[in-house]
Amino acid sequence: MLIYDEKHECASQEDMRSLQLSKLKKIVEYAYENVPFYKKKYDAAGVKPGDIKTLKDIERLPFVEKSDLRDNYPYGLAAVDIEDTVRIHASSGTSGKPTVVFYTRDDLETWTECMARIVTMGGVTKKDVVQVSFGYGLFTGALGLHQGLERVGATVVPASSGNTERQVMLMHDLGVTGMVCTPSYALHISEVMAASGYKKEDFKLKWALLGSEASTLEMHKEISRRLGVFPTDNYGLSEIIGPGVSGECLEKNGMHVNEDHFYPEIVDSETLEAVKDGEWGELVLTALDKFGMPMIRYRTKDITRLNREPCKCGRTLVRMDRIKGRSDDMLKIRGVNVFPSQIESVLMEMPEIGGQYHITVKRENFSDVLEVAVEVADANLLSDYGNLQKLVQKVKHNLRVVLQIDAVVKLVEPLSLKRFEGKAQRVTDLRNKKEF
Amino acid sequence: MLVNQLAVFLENRKGRLKELAGVLAKEKIDLLTLSIADTEDFGIVRFITTDNDRALSALRNAGFTVTESDLIGIEIGDVPGALSNVLKVLADGDIGIEYLYSYARTEEQKAIILFKVKEVGKALDVLSRADVRVLDRTLE
Repeated sequence: MLIYDEKHECASQEDMRSLQLSKLKKIVEYAYENVPFYKKKYDAAGVKPGDIKTLKDIERLPFVEKSDLRDNYPYGLAAVDIEDTVRIHASSGTSGKPTVVFYTRDDLETWTECMARIVTMGGVTKKDVVQVSFGYGLFTGALGLHQGLERVGATVVPASSGNTERQVMLMHDLGVTGMVCTPSYALHISEVMAASGYKKEDFKLKWALLGSEASTLEMHKEISRRLGVFPTDNYGLSEIIGPGVSGECLEKNGMHVNEDHFYPEIVDSETLEAVKDGEWGELVLTALDKFGMPMIRYRTKDITRLNREPCKCGRTLVRMDRIKGRSDDMLKIRGVNVFPSQIESVLMEMPEIGGQYHITVKRENFSDVLEVAVEVADANLLSDYGNLQKLVQKVKHNLRVVLQIDAVVKLVEPLSLKRFEGKAQRVTDLRNKKEF
Repeated sequence: MLVNQLAVFLENRKGRLKELAGVLAKEKIDLLTLSIADTEDFGIVRFITTDNDRALSALRNAGFTVTESDLIGIEIGDVPGALSNVLKVLADGDIGIEYLYSYARTEEQKAIILFKVKEVGKALDVLSRADVRVLDRTLE
């Protein structure tokens, strides 16, 4: 089994700790000196870069949250001038504005190296032809994988997302051996293959690098059964770098964190205190050498646990478990981050509908469906059907502008949605129900 | 001159129409006409009652979204060709119909046609010139 960067991926615990500490000291000082946000935050907390003497001292630093990115939109967290910034990516934020991130040339190099490790963990070599079926654009998924695949010398087919019939045709005609997509899209591709009269033997597929949404082992088994591929999960988030933070090796027993670049902590999401190794909690990540936009102690809100046992694959990199859930209300729908608050802000601007709504997320044909139920408040719309249809279209359009994905809009009667006195439960996620 | 109609938004849910009728029954209000058009998810129920004002407030109090609108009501003979004649009058007058429904007064061998148009004045004008009997608010 191949290892891309043996020196780092198989380092001794001792070497890893000392590398992490020296990088941590440097990045904290760098952030403090180059980003006023960090200086202010650390001064307020009474902590100085010089206070970092051991890795454990990281716990003295305050956390960074997604709202900090929003509050400092767009350039507030950048540490370098535009002339040293070579790329901007973005993901959706908690309100209308996206979360933007910046990369220097060195950051892109780090990212590419990390991705090269991940695709190698997933079985890909330069002999493979890999189709990237993530949407190319502001989203980090497609370009991140693309860079890593090119780095290992694989042949990349940048198919981007959508037009599944064409994806299948390319996979077939080009003899594609690896696929990069979300787990649900992999299943959808398998259905379109079947519908087009193909059998899995008609393809040369071997590997599936799955990411951008949480998945279950059952789903992986089904993907493997239908497509004849070996599926692996990988994990990342744009705030930290994009995909490339961690990935499964062929042992499929946790995702190896590229911990020489991304330092993981697990904290209790209530107390925010560190939990014991092996216990479940919220993942907090520090990018140890990202200079365009330093990210120190970022609360991912993803729930996982760490396993420091060396892996059978030979890597010593700490492994994180499959994401079990989130400590906030963010939804991942077809790979896109969706916050109920974004939906709410769209609906609140429309007087034709009431202030109540309910969001249902389900999976139909292995694709996520977002359904938004709203109450018809304006009786004048009842004079004819056209008005109601237009209202549905308008709500859909306005949601699309903010969310970047299509929602099914359902009009319901006034007062029919449940009212809440305490914390409102406005989201029903039916996707984790067993589907096989 | 025009007939007052109520319209209620209903989701396609079992028992919802029954609840609407129940509100009217409790108020002892009689339905004169009832028409339902539906899509997959929701419908608009349109109706005329013996007391639209009371029906409107009773339904609103019960949480329904209700609106009023004015329809043109005409009485024609319950015989073949009668509707066709009236529609020709309207078409010749270049008047489009948004929706229409009807019911028969069997004892009198008459049919009542209720419909919604945008250009009410023009429609009434062409109907009266063609000697079509236009009903008043009480459907008489």
